[in-house]
Amino acid sequence: MQNIVEHFQECVRAAARDQRPLRVRGGGTKDWYGQRLEGDILATRDYAGIVDYEPTELVITARCGTPLAEVETALAERGQMLAFEPPHFGAGATIGGAIASGLSGPRRANSGAVRDFVLGCKLLDGKGDVLTFGGQVMKNVAGYDVSRLQAGALGTLGLLLEVSVKVLPRAPCEATLVFEGVAEVDAIRRLNEWAGQPLPMSASCWHDGVLALRLSGANAAVDAAIRALGGDVMPDCARFWERLREQQHAFFAGDMPLWRLSVPSTVGAIVLGSAQLIEWGGAQRWLRAPGDAQTAERIRATVRACGGHATLFRGGDKSAGVFQPLARPVAAIHERLKAGFDPAGIFNPGRMY
Amino acid sequence: MIPAIPVDPERRRAVAAALRAVLPARAVLADPEDTRPYECDGLAAYRQLPMVVTLPDDEAQVLAILKVCRELDVPIVPRGAGTGLSGGAQPLADGVVISTARLNRIVRVEPYARTAVVQPGVRNLAISDAAAPFNLYYAPDPSSQIACTIGGNVAENSGGVHCLKYGLTVHNVLRVRVCTIEGDVIELGGDALDAPGLDLLAVFIGSEGMLGIVTEVTVKLVPKPAQAQVIMASFDDVATGGNAVASVIAAGIIPAGLEMMDRTSSRMVEPFVKAGYDLDAAAILLCEADGTALEVAEEIARMTEVLREAGASAITVSQSEAERLRFWSGRKNAFPAAGRISPDYYCMDGTIPRKQLAHVLARIEEMETTFGLRCANVFHAGDGNMHPLILFDANQPGELERAEAFGAAILALCVEVGGTITGEHGVGVEKIDSMCVQFRAQELDAFFAVKRAFDPRMLLNPNKAIPTLNRCAELGSMRVSGGVLPFAHLPRF
Repeated sequence: MQNIVEHFQECVRAAARDQRPLRVRGGGTKDWYGQRLEGDILATRDYAGIVDYEPTELVITARCGTPLAEVETALAERGQMLAFEPPHFGAGATIGGAIASGLSGPRRANSGAVRDFVLGCKLLDGKGDVLTFGGQVMKNVAGYDVSRLQAGALGTLGLLLEVSVKVLPRAPCEATLVFEGVAEVDAIRRLNEWAGQPLPMSASCWHDGVLALRLSGANAAVDAAIRALGGDVMPDCARFWERLREQQHAFFAGDMPLWRLSVPSTVGAIVLGSAQLIEWGGAQRWLRAPGDAQTAERIRATVRACGGHATLFRGGDKSAGVFQPLARPVAAIHERLKAGFDPAGIFNPGRMY
Repeated sequence: MIPAIPVDPERRRAVAAALRAVLPARAVLADPEDTRPYECDGLAAYRQLPMVVTLPDDEAQVLAILKVCRELDVPIVPRGAGTGLSGGAQPLADGVVISTARLNRIVRVEPYARTAVVQPGVRNLAISDAAAPFNLYYAPDPSSQIACTIGGNVAENSGGVHCLKYGLTVHNVLRVRVCTIEGDVIELGGDALDAPGLDLLAVFIGSEGMLGIVTEVTVKLVPKPAQAQVIMASFDDVATGGNAVASVIAAGIIPAGLEMMDRTSSRMVEPFVKAGYDLDAAAILLCEADGTALEVAEEIARMTEVLREAGASAITVSQSEAERLRFWSGRKNAFPAAGRISPDYYCMDGTIPRKQLAHVLARIEEMETTFGLRCANVFHAGDGNMHPLILFDANQPGELERAEAFGAAILALCVEVGGTITGEHGVGVEKIDSMCVQFRAQELDAFFAVKRAFDPRMLLNPNKAIPTLNRCAELGSMRVSGGVLPFAHLPRF
């Protein structure tokens, strides 16, 4: 494995010298995500393998190219899981890609996001140096938290060689309740009210009048919640949430661009003229709408007014910008951080902004 | 330690005058009589009189202070309640302290959204008090929560005894509003669950006041569990206790609290709090379940079984809220109890992989002989965060230096076994030399790149938390093998 790191280092140093951008790529399952792809592919798939897994320490450390499925299988064998429930979006998804893309699944509102579980990393920076940040322990305030910064950085700050991630036990009991004929505003209200009570909620989905609520926890807690909330118990619910996570739900079919609206969970119905699917207790809303500049501006202005931001998640020609533009001083901090970690600007340039 | 640096009176006059021109008179303190209370934080062995102290009432005044400091090139030290244990708020002889004491308003509590918007000087516990009528609370509960402020918690990424289950500050803060050194007001995070761009909020939390001045914080509130119960388990040796913790986790349980004390600690606190601890046990484990009555009953039963199988020599389950609080009282009063039996104590904060516990405690016991000082160990067992309390008497010549060397040796040991020098108290000025043990030049360079990205002028809380390469190089020349630092004869600040 050391020779692979040396190969990466050579690639990075050569790229920096020649000013040739590098496109860091794991399984390539999320190539469609982000602003643009540029540069020679730096393939990470061969740098694979679980380095350390101590179920009783609640930590797994893996090389970036390790298949996400391999990580999840290893955890499942010991009754544990990645609590941020990352989407794969394809068979070859890697743990490095899951962290770098920063995408969290249905459990996010209740358990936390990718960044909440990142404990440490080894990062190959733009000078070809291997840097170590954080560690394998849950509490660590030595130095700035550069590891969590890598979650969602889309590989723009360096090549994430290795990550240590906090894992959690799977709940002993899981069930899904289905409520039919629920209007959008009622679903949003119920989800927010429930979130203020000690209920073992672990995911939610509303679309087209149907509200699904997943409960995960101690048997007693799940049973009590089922009795308290009513609704119908969904059979084979694991499949439903997996399909939702992978965007295989019928809502996601077709070629119309997909927008992701990240908003405060309490925002009422956001009227943008087409169907939505609501997750994360109201905090993540999916919208099918064109990606042209005019539509983009209308969506972003509306969502900004609600206190959120909109991402052109999939599809469209991206000319209107995939990610919501940043305030000028925040953009300046981004530029200086990028220059600090990647002085030659070779890692995934333009993938984010 | 080094003697405090005298403040240059000329410079003080000039800076104070410039500040008074833009602030109300009561917001600027320059007379040593008035600035004396600011000379240290919870790391009281290190004292330095600040040049000037400011007490802004609002964000506009914070911006005005930053402008003056920028123009006159004056370094700034932000300060909350001053309860920090690593000297993060230690003033500078040529610097201005920005105290958040008057930025102490709870702007709003939003029960429906389960958030609270507060100014940085609001005390941690005051947030939970304000949320209590809605059956909500702010989860991170550092033991200083009655006094410490949310601004300080953001600076240090504070934890608490419940963070295994409920997370640290970084997991419970949604948004910070920040004045940058350049005079911009920026927002990191937001009311949604994420924000566009890099996750600057994650970097900002725990940055020890070195990246910007916080003027407002939005925190997450969570529903109060209906009930809690705690198990007190005794173990005949520390290794068995450590393994029992592993067994609880392996059984798929995340207790609400999971704390361990060694015999030195339990014997130290028992006369003080009369918690009813088993004084013959080598280690005592406190293991808490919270939730609905049914949930708690189910979890307590599972944990009891696991602990018994793991070799607990005695198990007691709290039968009332009063008894639960009594079991906890000993653990929560470990620091005051140390102060009662010893003139001084030095609290360390390293974190280790839990499987290394028995090994690390055995090595610390050896060090007690080496350094000729006693050490009591309390331990956030769930997450590996240790708080060895080194007992000493600063009035005995050489004891403070020995305590510091003992502490540095413990931190080097934490790094050696794969851990870190600080789990929740921060680096500040206290552990800045130990940073050289944990990080290499390349990583320190990267930290400075982060620092410069936010604070290109390097004026915010300079010379804290991240050591310069020169400093590490000087230190390296005196490091001995095994990563153990020798007695600290050289200045350390």
